[in-house]
Amino acid sequence: MSLATPSSPHIHSGASITALMLRVLLALVPAIVAYTWFFGWGLIINIGIAVTVALGSEALMLRLRRRPLAPFLTDGSAVLTAVLLAFCIPPLAPWWITVMGAAFAIIVAKQLYGGLGYNPFNPAMVGYVMLLISFPLEMTSWVPSHILHQLQIGFVDTVQIIFQRDFPYALSMDALSAATPLDSVKTELGLNHTVPEIIAGNAIFGDFGGVGWEWVGNWVLLGGMWLIFKRDITWHIPFSVLGSLFAISFFFFMLDPDAYPSPMFHLFSGATLLAAFFIATDPVSASTTPRGRLIYGAGIGLLIYVIRTWGSYPDAVAFAVLLMNMAAPTIDYYTRPPVFGHAETEPEPASENGGGDT
Amino acid sequence: MRRLFQFRGGVHLREHKKDATLHPVVPAGLPKRLVLPLQQHIGKPAKPVVAVGDKVLKGQVVAEASDTVSSPVHASSSGVVTAIAAQPIPHASGLSAPCIVIETDGQETWRPRDEQVYDYHQLSRAQLREKIRQAGIVGMGGAGFPSHIKLDPDGKSVDTLILNGAECEPYITCDEMLLRERALEVIVGLRIMRYALNAQRCIIGVENNKHKAFLALLQQVRNTGADFIEVIQVPTVYPTGGEKQLIHVLTGKEVPSGGLPLDVGIVCHNVGTAYAVYRAIEFDEPLISRYVTIAGSVAHARNLEVLIGTPVIDLITECGGNPGTLSRVIMGGPMMGIALHSTDVPVIKTTNCILVNARVGDVPLPSRGDFALPCIRCGACAESCPVGLLPQQLYWYSRAKDFDKVQDYHLFDCIECGCCDYVCPSQIPLVHYFRYAKTEIWALEREKKQANIARRRHEFREFRLEREKREKQERHKRKRQALKKDSGTGGEADAKKAAIEAAMERVRAKREAAKPRNVDNLTEQQQRLVDEADARRARAAGRSNDKENRA
Amino acid sequence: MISAILILSALAVAFGLLLGYASVRYKVESDPMVDKIDALLPQTQCGQCSFPGCRPYAEAIANGEADINQCPPGGETTIIALADLLGRDPKPLNPENGVEEDVRTVAVIDEQVCIGCTLCIQACPVDAILGAAKQMHTVIASECTGCDLCVPPCPVDCIDMVPVETGIEDWKWSFPDSTVNAGLSTLAPHARTVADGEREDDETPQRKAG
Repeated sequence: MSLATPSSPHIHSGASITALMLRVLLALVPAIVAYTWFFGWGLIINIGIAVTVALGSEALMLRLRRRPLAPFLTDGSAVLTAVLLAFCIPPLAPWWITVMGAAFAIIVAKQLYGGLGYNPFNPAMVGYVMLLISFPLEMTSWVPSHILHQLQIGFVDTVQIIFQRDFPYALSMDALSAATPLDSVKTELGLNHTVPEIIAGNAIFGDFGGVGWEWVGNWVLLGGMWLIFKRDITWHIPFSVLGSLFAISFFFFMLDPDAYPSPMFHLFSGATLLAAFFIATDPVSASTTPRGRLIYGAGIGLLIYVIRTWGSYPDAVAFAVLLMNMAAPTIDYYTRPPVFGHAETEPEPASENGGGDT
Repeated sequence: MRRLFQFRGGVHLREHKKDATLHPVVPAGLPKRLVLPLQQHIGKPAKPVVAVGDKVLKGQVVAEASDTVSSPVHASSSGVVTAIAAQPIPHASGLSAPCIVIETDGQETWRPRDEQVYDYHQLSRAQLREKIRQAGIVGMGGAGFPSHIKLDPDGKSVDTLILNGAECEPYITCDEMLLRERALEVIVGLRIMRYALNAQRCIIGVENNKHKAFLALLQQVRNTGADFIEVIQVPTVYPTGGEKQLIHVLTGKEVPSGGLPLDVGIVCHNVGTAYAVYRAIEFDEPLISRYVTIAGSVAHARNLEVLIGTPVIDLITECGGNPGTLSRVIMGGPMMGIALHSTDVPVIKTTNCILVNARVGDVPLPSRGDFALPCIRCGACAESCPVGLLPQQLYWYSRAKDFDKVQDYHLFDCIECGCCDYVCPSQIPLVHYFRYAKTEIWALEREKKQANIARRRHEFREFRLEREKREKQERHKRKRQALKKDSGTGGEADAKKAAIEAAMERVRAKREAAKPRNVDNLTEQQQRLVDEADARRARAAGRSNDKENRA
Repeated sequence: MISAILILSALAVAFGLLLGYASVRYKVESDPMVDKIDALLPQTQCGQCSFPGCRPYAEAIANGEADINQCPPGGETTIIALADLLGRDPKPLNPENGVEEDVRTVAVIDEQVCIGCTLCIQACPVDAILGAAKQMHTVIASECTGCDLCVPPCPVDCIDMVPVETGIEDWKWSFPDSTVNAGLSTLAPHARTVADGEREDDETPQRKAG
C-alpha cells in the first residue's frame, strides 16, 4: 500500500479556468443575440471565423513551444478573446480582417509573451488596435441598423459579403456604411454643430446611445451583473470604469451641453459597457489588488473620455485599456492591502522592482 | 449581546460532520503496542527515564521534560517497554524520530493517583502550573505548545481567556463531541485556567453549526453560576478556528504579527486542553488520551476516546476501514492535515482526526494530479486569504526562489490554512510553494549561521598561524642578537666566553679521565666485540637521525 | 552671452557645493564590497574556486579577477545572490570548479587506523580536528564544513566523507513539481535552463501520483 503524500489542502473548490471562461461566454450570449437582431448575422459569422483561427493559432504556437495542447486549448481563454475581438470588428468586414486580427491577438499578444497568464496586454485589444491602425477603411465601415433592416440582408447574403465581397443589389460598401454615433458626434462637432443638432437629425441615434448599440449595452450590462453575482469578476473595475467616465463626462456636459455629449451617451455608445464588464476585467492584464483595480478602472474611464473628446479616434476603449495595462504592475505594487497584524505600519514597498512579473 | 467582528476572506466549506456525531463517544480498543514519540510538542524532546524491559503503569512518567519549553510523556497504559528507538512518526517528511514503545499487558493498571479532592485555589498559581506541566499537557488544538507556559501571564494582565471550540475544518467533530458530553468538565477546566492566569472574563467560542454543544455549554454555565463566562456562537466560515482569527472575531483585536495574543491581553486555549487540565488537577491524571474523529471512507465514521500512542491502523480497522484499499490517510482535517506516509504512525497529543480516502470520489480531492495551469492573476486567492496576504505574489516569488522578495510580502504571516489553494481556478498547489519557501529560508538562515561560525574559526586559525610565525621569528631574532652581542663587545661577552671555554675544558678533562684504559691491548675476539658494538651504536644513531629528519 | 556663461557657471558651482555637502553630511557607512561578497560565500574554505579560501575569492571577485560562478558549495543560491549584489546576470556553475553537492558531508576519522601524524590538523582550514602529535585525532563534526581538504594529506587514508543525515529539524519541503511548464519534463527536458528559474526536482518525490 503506497500512500499519496501531497501537501495540504486535500480538497478543492472545483473552480477551474474552463468553468470561469464558459460562464463569461454565457454572460455574453444575450448581448450576441441583441447584436445579431440589430446588426445582422455578421457577428455570428465573425465569431465563427475568429474562434477557429484563434484555436488554430494557439495549437500551432503550443506545438512550436513544446507545450501540452489539451489543457490549454480547452481552457476557453482563446475562445473568449476571439469572441470579444469579433464584437469590435464591423459585422460586414472582409473575412481576412477577422483572420488577421484573431491570429495576431493569439500569436503575438498572448503566446509570444508566454501564453495563458503571461500576457501583459489584453490580446483582443491588441488585435483590434493592429487592425484599426493597419486597415482603417475596413475597420470603420460600420452599417447602421436601420439600413440593414431596410435592405433585408439575410444570412446567405452576409456570408457572401464577408467572404466574397459580393454585395446585393449591386450596392457597394460605401453606400452601405455610415458613421457610427461616436464618429458622427466627433466629426460634426468639428464642423461646429452642437450636440443636440447632431442627434436630432440622425436616425442612428437612439434614446441614449446609438440605435441597436444601446440595446446591446443593456444586455452586456445584465450579463456583467450576473458575472459579478457569481463572483467571477469583482465590482471594482466595472464600477470605476463607468463611474469615472460618468463623472468626467457629466462635468463637461454641465459645463457646456452643446459641445459635450451627455454621460448616458458615453456610457451606452461604442464598446464602453463591453469594456467595463468584459474587456477591462480580463484578469491577466488588469490590476489585481482591490484598491489597484479601482485606480485601474478609473484610469480607463478617464482615458476613454479624453481620447474620445480630444484624441483622433472616435472610440477609445482599446487604447485606454492598453495604456492602463501598462500601468497595472505599478498600480499593484503601490496598492498592497493591509496585512492582518501589521496595523501600525503602512505596507511599504521595500524595493524598486514591481511585482507580478515572471 | 456581544458584537462580533469579521475577518477578511475565508471560504465556506461543506461540513461532512453529521456521520461522526450520531453516536456517543466510546473508548477505542486497547492496542497491542503503544508508540510514544518523545516530542509531541513544540520545544525540546523529552528525555526517557525508563529503560527497555521496564514494567510501566498507566499514567507513569516515561520521559521527563528536558527544558523549560518541553513536556513530559506518560505511559498511556500498563505494560512493558520493548524499545526506545526511532519509529515512524506523523510528520510530512515521513521520517522517524525517537519513541518509547510499550507492549500493553491488557490490565490497564494505573499508577497511584492522588484521589483526594481539594480546592485548587489552595494551590499557588505557580504550583498549579507545575502540576499542569507534570501532567504533560500541551495545546490540543494542533499546535502542541506546552500549556503551562501558555497559562503563565508572565507579568502581563490577561483581560480575556478564550476557549476555542470553533473546530472549523470539515469532518472534524472531536471538540464538538467533547462539549456535548463533557461540557461541565470543560467549564471547570476553564475556571482552573482562569485562576492560573488571573484572567477577568472568559469566552467560549463555538461555530453556529454546533447547536447541541452550544446548548450543553449554556446549560452548564448556568448551573455553575459562572457569570464571567460567555458562550458565543461564531459564523461558520473556515478558518474561524485559527487562534488569531477567532480572537479577532470575538474581540475585534488584531494580534500583532510576530507577537502573542498575550500582547493584547488575551489567552486562547483549546477546549480539549481545558478538559485535560480538569483531569490533571481534579483527578491527578496526566494527558494520556483524547477524543479523535475517524472519518472518510470508513464503514462507521465516529469519534473515539483514543489512548495516546495508538497506531493509526488500529483505529482505521476498528472503524471499518479496509487497510488494503487506502490511497491517502490524513491526520488532521482536509484543509490542513498531514498526508501520512504510513499507517503505523501513532496518535499523538495533538491528533484530532484521522481522515481516510479509499476512493478518490468520496472526498473531493484536487483533480490536478501533477499538472496545474498557469496563474491567471484572477485574485481569488487574495480575496480568500484570512490574513490579507497576496498569495499570487508569494507564489511568483516562491517559484522564482526570490526569498528576499517573498518575505517582503510577509510570507511568514501565512498560517497555511489552504484557502487560497482551495479557490485557485488554475489549481496551483500554493500552500506547497509557501512551505517550500519557508523551509528553504530557514535552511538558508541555518547555513548562514554555520558559515559565520566557520568564518570566525578560519580567521582565528589564520591569526593563530600568524602569531606562531611571529613568535618564531622573534625567538630567532633574539637568539641572533644574543650571538652578535657575544662576538662584538667585550666585558659581559668576554666573561661569557671565558665561562663557556672553562666548561668545555672541564668536559674534555672528564672525557679523558673517563676514557677506558683497557682498550690498548685487545685480543682479536675482544676487538671484534668492540667493533660490533660500535657498529650497532652507529646504526641506532643513524636511524634516530633519520627519524628526526622525517618528523 | 557673458551673462549666460556666468549664470550657468554660478549654477554649476552652487549645485556642486550642494552635492558635495550632501555627500558628506548624508554619507552612508557601508561595508566594503569585499565584506559584502564574503558574507554571501559559504565559508567552506575548500579552495575549489581555485583561491586559497573564501576571503581571497571574495577579493578576486571584487577586483574583477574571478567570476561569480566558481563556488560549488555555495551552488546556485550563492551565484544568484552574488549576481543580485553585483548587478550582473546569474550563470550556471562552472563545471571546471566542481559540481554542486546535494548532501552535506562531514569528515570522520577511523580511529583504528589513525597514526597521530597531525597532517590533517594542519590542513583543516577551520581547525575542526582535535588532536596532537602521537595522540588520537578526531573531527569535531559540528564544526566540519565538509571541504575535503583533510582527505589527501592523510598518509594512511583513514578519513571518510560521510553524508549528514537530515532529521526532522533539517527537513525541507521539496520544490513543487514544475507545474506551470508541465509537459516540459516529458516532452523537452533539454529546454529547461537556469535562466528559466526551473530546476531538476532532486528531493524525494513529495507528491506521488493521485
